[in-house]
Amino acid sequence: MNGFAALRIAVALLAGALFGFGLSLSGMLDPARVLGFLNLASGHWDPSLAFVLGGAVLVAVPGVMLQRRLRRPLLDDRFHLPAKTEIDGRLVAGSALFGAGWGLAGFCPGPAVSALSMGLVPVFLFVAAMAAGMMLHDRVIAVKCGA
Amino acid sequence: MSVYWPPLIGGMLLGLSAVALLLLDGRIAGISGIVGRLLGGGQVALNAAFVIGLMSGPPLYALAFGSFPSVTIAASWPLVLLAGLAVGIGTRMGSGCTSGHGILGLARFSRRSLAATATFLFAGVAMATLMEFLR
Repeated sequence: MNGFAALRIAVALLAGALFGFGLSLSGMLDPARVLGFLNLASGHWDPSLAFVLGGAVLVAVPGVMLQRRLRRPLLDDRFHLPAKTEIDGRLVAGSALFGAGWGLAGFCPGPAVSALSMGLVPVFLFVAAMAAGMMLHDRVIAVKCGA
Repeated sequence: MSVYWPPLIGGMLLGLSAVALLLLDGRIAGISGIVGRLLGGGQVALNAAFVIGLMSGPPLYALAFGSFPSVTIAASWPLVLLAGLAVGIGTRMGSGCTSGHGILGLARFSRRSLAATATFLFAGVAMATLMEFLR
């Protein structure tokens, strides 16, 4: 399937662009809008994030149903999907830590990386710290904890 | 209702992007996974292409609508750094973030992703609401 390698990369580029444009349109590039949903005590709660997540899942469900009927994706010889099914402590602790960081500044990975192209200093700081956290986990924490 | 059209349509575009990557490339559009693998030197061309595409989103939006999307960061720099560190460690430890677990995981009816999404939504609400009282 190596003949498809260039096409796969083109698809990744276009899917990334669509994702970045969708984030921009949705308003979720803006930490203030995200915190407007997460902060229940602001006095002017903004349900937008629920519409974003709802709209995304609404479109993704039929896509997944179609995927399950296929033996392989169009441009590769197999699907690369997570195999784990067990809910373990790492999943819950990691997600809780992620959620706490998300609620602190209003940024999650997609919007933060997407907004890098807008040249804002706090975005660079956030992404640099996030990258450091990812490498700290993958190279130190996960190694020491034997995961 | 009209103010919720952009979030709904924007969200549907996220779903469309995830479905395209799944059906064509056979991969999950999980941003923390893509960035994490890129930092670890895995499948550099594919992951870098997605990240470059992702970064082209705001300029494309500006081309279409005449101005960049609004990005307002109220948190102080130390808090931004702390938040970034927590998001980096947490998403890798929890095997995903809002995109991988929140969009595709839920669409796949994954129990792990449902647990992860419920957890990070709860923690996000708790932290953001707590910060309101600490200001």
